Amino acid sequence: MADISANFLGIKSPNPFWLASAPPTDKQTNVLRAFEAGWGGVVWKTLGSQVKNVSSRYSAVDYHGSRVMGFNNIELISDRPLDINLKEIKECIRLFPDRAMVVSLMADNNKESWHELIKKVEDTGAHGFELNFGCPHGMTERGMGAAVGQDPHIAKMVVEWVMEKATIPVITKLTPNVHSVVPTGRAVVEAGTNGLSLINTIQSVTGIDLDTLVPNPYVAGKSVFGGYCGPAVKPIALKFLTTISQNEVTRRVPVSGIGGVSTWKDAVEFMLRGASNVQVCTAVMKHGFRIIEDMCEGMNNWMDEKGYKTIYDFIGKSVNNITHWEDLDINYHHIAKINQDNCIHCGLCYIACEDTSHQAINLDYGNPYNNYSVKDDDCVGCNLCKLVCPVDNCITMEEKRVAPEYMNWIDFQKKGMPLNDH
Amino acid sequence: MIKSNRLTKEQYEKNFADIHPPFETKEATLVEANRCLFCYDAPCTKSCPTSIDIPKFIKQITTDNIKGSAHTIFQSNIMGAGCSKVCPVEKLCEGSCVYNFMEETPVTIARLQRYSTEKAIEKNWQLFKRKASTGKKVAIVGAGPAGLSCAHVLSREGIDVTIYEKESKAGGLMTYGIAAYKVTPEFCKSEVDYITGIGGIEIKYNHALGQNVSMEELQKNYDAVFLAMGVGLARKIGIPGEELEGVVDAIEYIYRLRTNEYNALPVGDKVAVIGMGMTAIDAATQAKRLGAKEVTMVYRRSEAEKSCTQHELDIARLDGCATIWLAAPKEIVGKDGKVTALVCDVMKLGEPDSLGKPAPVATGETITLDVDMVIKATGQKPFEELVNANNVQNKYGKITIDNNATNIKGVFAGGDCVNGGKEVVDAVQAGKDGAKAILKFILNVEG
Ligand SMILES: Cc1cc2nc3c(=O)[nH]c(=O)nc-3n(C[C@H](O)[C@H](O)[C@H](O)COP(=O)(O)OP(=O)(O)OC[C@H]3O[C@@H](n4cnc5c(N)ncnc54)[C@H](O)[C@@H]3O)c2cc1C
Ligand SMILES: Cc1cc2nc3c(=O)[nH]c(=O)nc-3n(C[C@H](O)[C@H](O)[C@H](O)COP(=O)(O)O)c2cc1C
Repeated sequence: MADISANFLGIKSPNPFWLASAPPTDKQTNVLRAFEAGWGGVVWKTLGSQVKNVSSRYSAVDYHGSRVMGFNNIELISDRPLDINLKEIKECIRLFPDRAMVVSLMADNNKESWHELIKKVEDTGAHGFELNFGCPHGMTERGMGAAVGQDPHIAKMVVEWVMEKATIPVITKLTPNVHSVVPTGRAVVEAGTNGLSLINTIQSVTGIDLDTLVPNPYVAGKSVFGGYCGPAVKPIALKFLTTISQNEVTRRVPVSGIGGVSTWKDAVEFMLRGASNVQVCTAVMKHGFRIIEDMCEGMNNWMDEKGYKTIYDFIGKSVNNITHWEDLDINYHHIAKINQDNCIHCGLCYIACEDTSHQAINLDYGNPYNNYSVKDDDCVGCNLCKLVCPVDNCITMEEKRVAPEYMNWIDFQKKGMPLNDH
Repeated sequence: MIKSNRLTKEQYEKNFADIHPPFETKEATLVEANRCLFCYDAPCTKSCPTSIDIPKFIKQITTDNIKGSAHTIFQSNIMGAGCSKVCPVEKLCEGSCVYNFMEETPVTIARLQRYSTEKAIEKNWQLFKRKASTGKKVAIVGAGPAGLSCAHVLSREGIDVTIYEKESKAGGLMTYGIAAYKVTPEFCKSEVDYITGIGGIEIKYNHALGQNVSMEELQKNYDAVFLAMGVGLARKIGIPGEELEGVVDAIEYIYRLRTNEYNALPVGDKVAVIGMGMTAIDAATQAKRLGAKEVTMVYRRSEAEKSCTQHELDIARLDGCATIWLAAPKEIVGKDGKVTALVCDVMKLGEPDSLGKPAPVATGETITLDVDMVIKATGQKPFEELVNANNVQNKYGKITIDNNATNIKGVFAGGDCVNGGKEVVDAVQAGKDGAKAILKFILNVEG
C-alpha cells in the first residue's frame, strides 16, 4: 500500500483530498460528515462581512443524458453569523485533529478588517488561511473577490496586509476570470503568500429557459452571470495550473489544484501538473461525500501499480511535457489504424473524417454493415476518428515517423522544407 | 372439450396485456435514446424495409423535438406507430444495431419509435400537408397497411383516393390478424384515423372487389387502381379429418379473437397447432392465453428450418407451448364428428427442396397426439380466383408485378397479395412504391 498522506505547507492530512470552500464546508454538520466519510481536509466556506443570498442559486449544464457536466452558482460568501462559524470550526478541529482545517477569508477592503478577521480565526486553532480573490459575482461589486484577484496591485497589497498579521500558512486562491493567472500569481507570491490555489469559478451563463426566455438560475424573472465549475472546467483549470507550475516565480510555492476534480484520476492529473493536493466542490455537491472512498483507493492502487511510494514521487512529473508549439517535433507522425476485429461498423470515424477532416477513411459499402479502413497516405494523424470511435482500442494511432531525427519548426523553416503539404 | 369463458376477466386482461410495454417516463426514454450512437449510414436504417432514418428520429427525442421525431418516422412509414408494436425488430432494425457487436443489448428502437409516434397520434399532430387537389382519382382495393400507406402518399400529392374495403374496419391484418397482445382494436382505429386525417382519403367499407364493385368500374372511374387485398385464409392441408368439428383455420380463429370479447372465444383443452411460422406462433400463444391446458405445435421440418424468429418461438415456449419437430400431420381422427386426435408421420431430413431447405421425408413411423382442437397455420392462400377472374397475371394467386405495375394498364399492386405474406413493414413499403409508380403513371412525375 502506497502512502497517500499529504503535507501542504506543514498542514498535514491523511490524504491529499480537501473540500473546496463552498456549501459543503459551510457548517459543522457538513464538515463532520465529510471527515467521517474520510476527507483529508476542508477549506471552510469563505468568512467575511455579512451578506444576503437570493433564491434560486444554482444551475447546471447537462450533456447527452448526463447531469451536471457543468455547474454554476450565484451564491455569496458565508451568510451565517461569524461567531457561530468560529465556534463550529473550533469544534471540528477538536473532533478531528488529524484533518486539515483551512479557513477561507474575504474581509472588507481595508487592512483593519483583514487583521481583525485573521485574529479571530487564528483563535480557533485553524491550520491555515485561504484568501478568496476569486469569487466572480456579488462580492466583486463591492471591490472584493475577483475584483481583487483581477488586479495584481490590489492583490499584492491585500496579501501584504495579511502577511503582516498571519502566523499560520496563507494560501491565495486565484480567479480564472483573467486572460492569464500569472500576473496576479506573481504579485501575491512576491507579497509573501505561502501557497496558491486555483481555480475559483468562471463567469458564465449556463442556459436560457426557452419558455420564459430568462437565463438560469432564475430569480424573479432575471438572472446574473454565475460562477462555472464542475467537470466542464477541468481542462481550463489544468491549463491555468500549468502556467503557474511553469513560471519561475509562482512555481516556488505549493499549489492546491481546484476545478472539476471528480475522481482519483482527475486528482492525479492535477498533481502531475504540479498541484500538491486537490480540492473538490461540485463532485460532492452532486454525489455526496462518499466519493472519497474511491478517490483514495483508486489513487492508492494506481501508485502501487506505478511503484510510487508517496504522492511526492509523482507530483509535478508532467509539468515539463507541455512545451511551446515551436519546440514540437515536426518529424513525428502517426496514422490511424482501424482494428477490424473490434470495429462495430458504426461509421462515426468515417463521417467525421469525411465531412470535417481529411477524407482519409475508405468506405466499403455493405448491407447492412459497411467496412471502414484508413487511407494511410491521406491520414494526417489528427486523432479525430479515434476520439469519436465508441469502442476502446478499436482505432489506434500507429507511429510512422517522417524521419528519425528530431526537428522543430524553427529548423524546419531554416531548411526551407515544404509548407502546406496537406 | 372446446369451450369459451375459461378464465376470469382479470386473467384475460393479464394474458392479453401489451407484450411490448411503452416507456413509463420521459427520463427512461431519454436514457435509452442517449444510448444511440448516431451511426452513419446506419445498419438499422438499412435493415428497415421502409428505411426510417432511425438515428435521426432518436436524436430528435434527445433534443426534445418529438414532433420532428414523429415526422422523421412517418415520412418513411406512415404506420410507424403500428410497426413499433408489431415489427419483428429482432430480425430487422434492432437485430442489426451495432451494439450487438459489443454483446450489448441493442438500442430498443421500436420502443423509442413508439414513444414519438404515440405522442403524435394522441395529440393528433398532422405533420403532412396535402397538396392542392390535382383532380386525379385513384382506387385502392384493401385498407390494410399496403393500401393505407399508398393512400397517404397519394393524398399528400393531391390525389383523391377511394379505398374499397371488404370489412367494416380498416387496418387489414393489423386490425384482424395480428396477435391481440401486440395491438388493441382502439389503437388500430386511432392509427387509421390518424392516417386518413390528412384528408383526401375516403374508405368505402363493406365493399369487396368482385362482389360489390368490379374491376371494370374501378378502371372506368379512376385514373389508376392499386390492388392491396392481402392474402386469404390458410391453405387446406389435404388430410383426412379436416372437416371435423374442432379443426379451425388460424387466420379465421384470430379474426374471431380480434373481433370478440376474449371470453366469447371457445378453445380446447388440448390444442395442436400445425405449422411453425409467425401465424402458428400467434395461434399457439393465444390459444394458451385463452386458457387451453396444453398446446403443442407440430412442424414437419426441424428447428433449424423454422420460419418464425427465435424471439417468437421463445414467446411461445415461455407461454408453455410444446413443440414437436419432424412431425407431418397425416390424419385428424374424430369421434361423433369431433376431433379426438392428430396422427403425424415422423419425418427425417432429406435432400434440399426447391426452397433450399432440406425436404422432410417420412420414416414410416407415426405418433398420435390426443387433442380436441387442431389449428391449421400452414401459410395463407392468395386470392387466386379473384385475380384470375380479372385476368391479373399471377403465380399461384400471387400477383406478378413489374415496377409495381400489373399486366393490366393502370392497375398496380403491392403488399401481401404480391409477396404472399410478409410483414406489415413490407406492406407499407410496397404501398409507398406503388404510390410512386402510380404518380409517375398519372402525373408523369417522380413521387
Ligand atoms: C396471424 C398473423 C399474424 C401476423 N403478425 C404479424 C406481426 O406480428 N408483425 C408483422 O409485421 N406482420 C404480421 N403479420 C403479417 C401482416 O399482418 C401482413 O403482412 C400485412 O398486414 C399485409 O398488409 P396488406 O395490406 O398487404 O394486407 P392485409 O393486411 O391483409 O390487408 C388487406 C385488406 O384488403 C381487404 N380485402 C381483401 N380482399 C378484398 C376484396 N376482395 N375487396 C376489398 N377488400 C379486400 C382485407 O379485408 C384487408 O383489410 C401477421 C399476419 C398474420 C396472418
Ligand atoms: C455553490 C458554490 C459556492 C462557492 N462558494 C465559494 C466560496 O465561498 N469561496 C470560494 O473560495 N470558492 C467558492 N466556490 C468555488 C469552489 O470552491 C471551487 O473553487 C469551484 O467550485 C471549482 O471546483 P469544482 O469544479 O470542484 O466545483 C463555490 C462554488 C460553488 C459551486
